[in-house]
Amino acid sequence: MTTDPTSLEALKEEMVAAYPKKVAKKRAGQIVVNDIAEGEVVPEVKANTRTSPGIITQRGCCYAGCKGVVLGPTRDIINLVHGPIGCSFYAWLTRRNQTRPTDDSPENFINYMFSTDMQDGEIIFGGEKKLAEAIREAYDIFKPKAIGVFSTCPVGLIGDDVHTVSRQMSEELGINIFGFSCEGYKGVSQSAGHHIANNQLFKHVIGLGDEAPEGEFKVNLLGEYNIGGDAFVIEDLFERAGITLCSSFSGNSSIAQFERSHLADLNLVMCHRSINYIAEMIEEKYGTPWFKVNFIGAEGTAKSLRKIADYFDDDTLRENVEKVIAEEMAKVEEATATYRPKLEGKKAMLFVGGSRAHHYQDLFAEIGMETVSAGYEFAHRDDYEGRKVLDDIKVDADSRNIEELTVAMDEANYRPENAALKEKRASEGMEFSDYKGMMPEMKEGTLVVDDISEHETELLLKRVKPDIFCAGIKEKYGVQKFGIPCKQLHSYDYGGPYAGFSGAVNFYRDIDRMVNATVWKHLKAPWVA
Amino acid sequence: MTTAVLEPKTEEKTEKTFRKVAIYGKGGIGKSTTTQNTVAALAEMGRKVMVVGCDPKADSTRLLLGGLAQRTVLDSLREEGEDLELDDILKPGYRNTLCTESGGPEPGVGCAGRGIITSINMLEQLGAYEDEQDLDYAFYDVLGDVVCGGFAMPIREGKAEEIYIVVSGEMMAMYAANNICKGIVKFAEAGGVRLGGLICNSRNVDREADLINELARKLGTQMIHFVPRNNDVQRAEIKRKTVIDWDENCEQASEYRALAKAIDENELFVVPTPLEIEELESLLIEFGMFN
Repeated sequence: MTTDPTSLEALKEEMVAAYPKKVAKKRAGQIVVNDIAEGEVVPEVKANTRTSPGIITQRGCCYAGCKGVVLGPTRDIINLVHGPIGCSFYAWLTRRNQTRPTDDSPENFINYMFSTDMQDGEIIFGGEKKLAEAIREAYDIFKPKAIGVFSTCPVGLIGDDVHTVSRQMSEELGINIFGFSCEGYKGVSQSAGHHIANNQLFKHVIGLGDEAPEGEFKVNLLGEYNIGGDAFVIEDLFERAGITLCSSFSGNSSIAQFERSHLADLNLVMCHRSINYIAEMIEEKYGTPWFKVNFIGAEGTAKSLRKIADYFDDDTLRENVEKVIAEEMAKVEEATATYRPKLEGKKAMLFVGGSRAHHYQDLFAEIGMETVSAGYEFAHRDDYEGRKVLDDIKVDADSRNIEELTVAMDEANYRPENAALKEKRASEGMEFSDYKGMMPEMKEGTLVVDDISEHETELLLKRVKPDIFCAGIKEKYGVQKFGIPCKQLHSYDYGGPYAGFSGAVNFYRDIDRMVNATVWKHLKAPWVA
Repeated sequence: MTTAVLEPKTEEKTEKTFRKVAIYGKGGIGKSTTTQNTVAALAEMGRKVMVVGCDPKADSTRLLLGGLAQRTVLDSLREEGEDLELDDILKPGYRNTLCTESGGPEPGVGCAGRGIITSINMLEQLGAYEDEQDLDYAFYDVLGDVVCGGFAMPIREGKAEEIYIVVSGEMMAMYAANNICKGIVKFAEAGGVRLGGLICNSRNVDREADLINELARKLGTQMIHFVPRNNDVQRAEIKRKTVIDWDENCEQASEYRALAKAIDENELFVVPTPLEIEELESLLIEFGMFN
């Protein structure tokens, strides 16, 4: 059994042995055997650091994080990519974001891909004119409420000023147009793009609305991107419990939601990595408190709903929440009774995202599966070790390259009653503005690997032989050649939703299908003697 | 770094050779002026020469054409799209020299380097270098220092084979020349480009010829000609003419004739040996600049 820490240390040695000395030293800092000391103190993981050249990484680019992850799921903003066509084509509909247009936001541009199709001429003479024309053309055809302009690598190299063009076109067309300097080469991973997306939404969109939705308990759900319909499940739970969704960032969202998001009473943060910046900035400017929730896993969902009810401390809300949980848990328990005996004791590995590698451990635990190894693609130390290490994180040149907004209180729109309620709840022991990170909740003696490489993945598969490996499309088929099923947790393969209670049941069923499929036993590569 | 000498070129001009020459040097040193005056002298000798201006300002052929008249390769490419013909961009100048300007964006926008690459590729596509052009020389006049990959395009494999650096006895000009040599070393390893010599375009610095001769020696090359400072160059320029075109009997005309002859007969082609900065500075001290 590999949970023996000494054999894991040996495995780590084996992993880094293939690298040149300097790279081996760096990777050794990113591979850690989990150990939880008093006060949930875990070993330091080197994270959010450059991938050494030559290593086959899972990571994506800044542009992918900005346009694809954060803005991609919004249906009624035209996301116009300024760049050569490939950046657009290969980012077109790859995220499985779903959306449901409503009467007040009937437009849905998610299925489209807008690009300036930069060519040699624009690279040499500058592409600002073509960008302005593209904005005008998109406006003339679609009459959108807003247009976002996303910079690809060459835009930064030749110095096209997307912000000035956006401002000028906004004046000309009378709609909100804003640019993102999210050139692919920025930062060390897509994480830089998330931050840039957060900044620009905060600067150009949040706070523009003045009408909150009807409802007593208004929340924003941050860092939920509606892959495979997850948001629909959570929205349904909220509705039944009497919680009003003011805005989502950004699954099944609209620009009107973003604009009014400062009017919510509470911010709920799902994916801490990609969206904590907005939560922090809204609190500073408008006084809205935030706490971390997790709607992945039945237990986590119940716990999160109860925390919302506790925050508002309203009897009707609490009753409704309990009723929803009771109804849903009946179905979940039925499902666990079916699947748990078939999956108990099986081993899972999770190498995905900036929060998914953590959240999905809960789902596996509910069906008796143990996560023996996990790591993020692009998360930072606080996502591993908890926000308590924030002050200790060294800000390197790559992070300094990303703008850090200075936010001041908005005297007119600051809501002291929200800040006061937070004070009160905090004094009663409720936790705010915190994320404890993945490692304190993982078992001791599990292996944590940040920005895992293809080589390290293969060694993990060979030595530990997990029953399922969770990653993305780039890893999927390489893993499956080892006779181990690989579940994509970026796109959910073709499945989902996996959020909430009904999503949990879907997940148990899909994992049972994969882990207990007999096909893997018959898999033998023709070149293996 | 060892000095590699290329195979000597054939002496007789009976068998035509096509030499591709790039002129580099610090900005403002007089590359375009020197190039055009030298090309005029080569043309006078009966050589068929094409000049390719590689500066977004598109002023490398003004003296040969008698003005900044023509459309650049990149302008034409942008306007004509697919239907571009060689005649659209290659214009006859003084004594049937062929002139073309790569052109490029306005200052502060786009990418001039990428423009040079595109434009040289376009000239090749259109057959500017084919046998039927019957060329003896192609001269690339390249903007300032080698600021990015685009400006190194003319010395990549299959383009210019010999380079002359225009330099003066001023510190920064020599510093730039040394830097350009570093670029040449890089491309000499990958392709066949070699340094043909330094052209001293005098700024009337004390002991300038000695200084440049010594610099050339240390770089493993030669000072191929010392062009004295003479205001006739400026007088001709105002008339949009080369010196030979303006007054074929003036003293400066024979200087350019001498330079043209030296290039035409040059056999010393080397991979240069760039100097360390301290070495370069000590050269200046040795020649009395700082005493």
